[in-house]
Amino acid sequence: MTAVAGPAAVGARKLVGTTRRGDRALALLTAAAVGVILAMLAIIVVDVIAGGTRTLSWEFVTADPRDGMTAGGIFPAIFGTLVLTLLMTVAAVPAGVATAIYLTEYASMQSPLARLVRVCVANLAGVPSIVFGLFGLGFFISTVGRGIDQVVYGGQGVYGKPCLLWSSLTLAILTLPVVVVATEEAILAVPRELREASLALGATRLQTIARVVLPEALGGILTGTILAVSRGGGEVAPILFTGVAYYLPHLPTKLNDQFMNLGYHVYVLATQSPDVDRTKPLLYGTALVLLILTFLLNLIAIWIRSRSRKSSRASM
Amino acid sequence: MTTRVSTHEAIDREPRSRSLRHTGGWGERTAEVAIRVVALVSIAAILLILLFVGKEALPLLTSSEVHKEVTLGGMFAPLRDASGDALYAWQPVSEVPKYNVFPLIVGSLKVTVVALVLAVPISVAAAVFVSEYAGPRMREVVKPAIELLAGIPSVVVGFFALIVMATWVQTLFGTEHRLNALVAGVGLAFAICPIVFSVSEDALRAVPRAYREAALAMGSTRAQTVVRVVVPAAAPGIAASIVLGFGRAIGETMIVVIASGNAALLDASLDRSTRTITATIAQELGEVVVGSPHYDVLFALGAMLFIATFVINFFGERIVHGMRRKLGTVS
Repeated sequence: MTAVAGPAAVGARKLVGTTRRGDRALALLTAAAVGVILAMLAIIVVDVIAGGTRTLSWEFVTADPRDGMTAGGIFPAIFGTLVLTLLMTVAAVPAGVATAIYLTEYASMQSPLARLVRVCVANLAGVPSIVFGLFGLGFFISTVGRGIDQVVYGGQGVYGKPCLLWSSLTLAILTLPVVVVATEEAILAVPRELREASLALGATRLQTIARVVLPEALGGILTGTILAVSRGGGEVAPILFTGVAYYLPHLPTKLNDQFMNLGYHVYVLATQSPDVDRTKPLLYGTALVLLILTFLLNLIAIWIRSRSRKSSRASM
Repeated sequence: MTTRVSTHEAIDREPRSRSLRHTGGWGERTAEVAIRVVALVSIAAILLILLFVGKEALPLLTSSEVHKEVTLGGMFAPLRDASGDALYAWQPVSEVPKYNVFPLIVGSLKVTVVALVLAVPISVAAAVFVSEYAGPRMREVVKPAIELLAGIPSVVVGFFALIVMATWVQTLFGTEHRLNALVAGVGLAFAICPIVFSVSEDALRAVPRAYREAALAMGSTRAQTVVRVVVPAAAPGIAASIVLGFGRAIGETMIVVIASGNAALLDASLDRSTRTITATIAQELGEVVVGSPHYDVLFALGAMLFIATFVINFFGERIVHGMRRKLGTVS
């Protein structure tokens, strides 16, 4: 969600000669609103860091939970989250990049199909995450998974149950718009002259896309991927019924294994713990690990994007 | 999250690159077909979501077995209690299961309205500051910070609402119940501020510079220009930001399931426990028997939610595009 920077605000400032009381009041009022939003961000981050650092230790991130989840570490939840988002990325990024290439390089602006794709991508981004959970259960597990079981495994319950595969595919669909939007923006920023030069040299359209456009747009694709991982890594509602488990004695090794997850861990500890005071340190620790993961990824994405914007501005 | 394309650029480019296009070989054509097919995934996803969430809810309309327990109309019709008064109750696991959805709809609306009342003034004002007053450097700090706020997983916001905000709200308002509609609404406000801000800010920035210059040239002050010219011109976009914020809030699950208390009471109070549509699905679907009437009803709730947010987002997007076309800043 970004607009091309307009010079409006800067220009308007130069045009103003007089500052009156109303001007100052409005400026202060709106600045205060920005302050409130920044404070909202700071307050959550500071609280989770303050509460979580006491728990955070090497043991906490590398050990298994002990004593009915009141002691030990959360390694299986970290591992499960990483595997889940990795599989999700493998599915979402190629599909998202292909969609963006289609929209920018192949489809004409008037194409009704391209317009439909655009509407669907935008609307997919607005579908409530819990609906993705229902969809994963109704489509992937009950229909595709059971279908595979019927045809391949003679009715045995191998894929017709909640597992890693279906959770990651559900999340892949949820994060698809993130990849599409970021990639599309990056491809559109590639100067037309580069494409024309490539085509004029006799490259085919595919060669131009693969060797000129995509390398130029790599920063944007990377940004989209990172944002998708950050988003998918923090989602809980879509995996509730499609594969997550609160406690598992073993790490997942197969696509049809269940898995543990950081966000789900926070949810269960927060809502179903009989003794909140005993689990509170664990809760804070888990929330901090989740926040660090998503925050770092977001910061990296913002950094890459601002760098690539600066360099593209410089080259123009 | 919207997809916008620089129209003029694409129109410019299209015919030229087409005329330059080489008719590639077999591999070239295969790759193109593959890309075109994969690009249909998003259309397929929308259709499959509608189809398969709907499919699981279908027995509610067709199965006489299910009708013994609940019908679609019955979900909206009031029940009668012993004295004949209308009774609206969501008690799917009681001896006589009651599936009246009004408590849930009212619950969802309550927390959403609280969130909007808190988030909209702050976010729109912040958008005005960033678009009209902030310099480029300031903007480069504020916008990423708001993106970071949007990037906080909702389960973490929910957790924060449960542990910290609930205590604040209780001390501030002396509420009897720790978890209630107000706490959930405050938590939700954190989640929708970023979207209301970004869409509003985009709208304000889409107002052509000439509007501002004309107003200033006529002698109005900066504040008058903002309040009487820029904001009214961007009003449809700001309205769209509220619509999209509404859509986001009504579909949010983890914050409300953690912080709302989850009792399905039908009343207008903010200080009592409340249960939303999303939280109901999240909490109950894990425990129902697959294919039972309760299971079908939960999918029906999901289908309603999907259709409602689809319509809301569709109109939100349309308002944004309509405004941009009118202002001549399709970007």
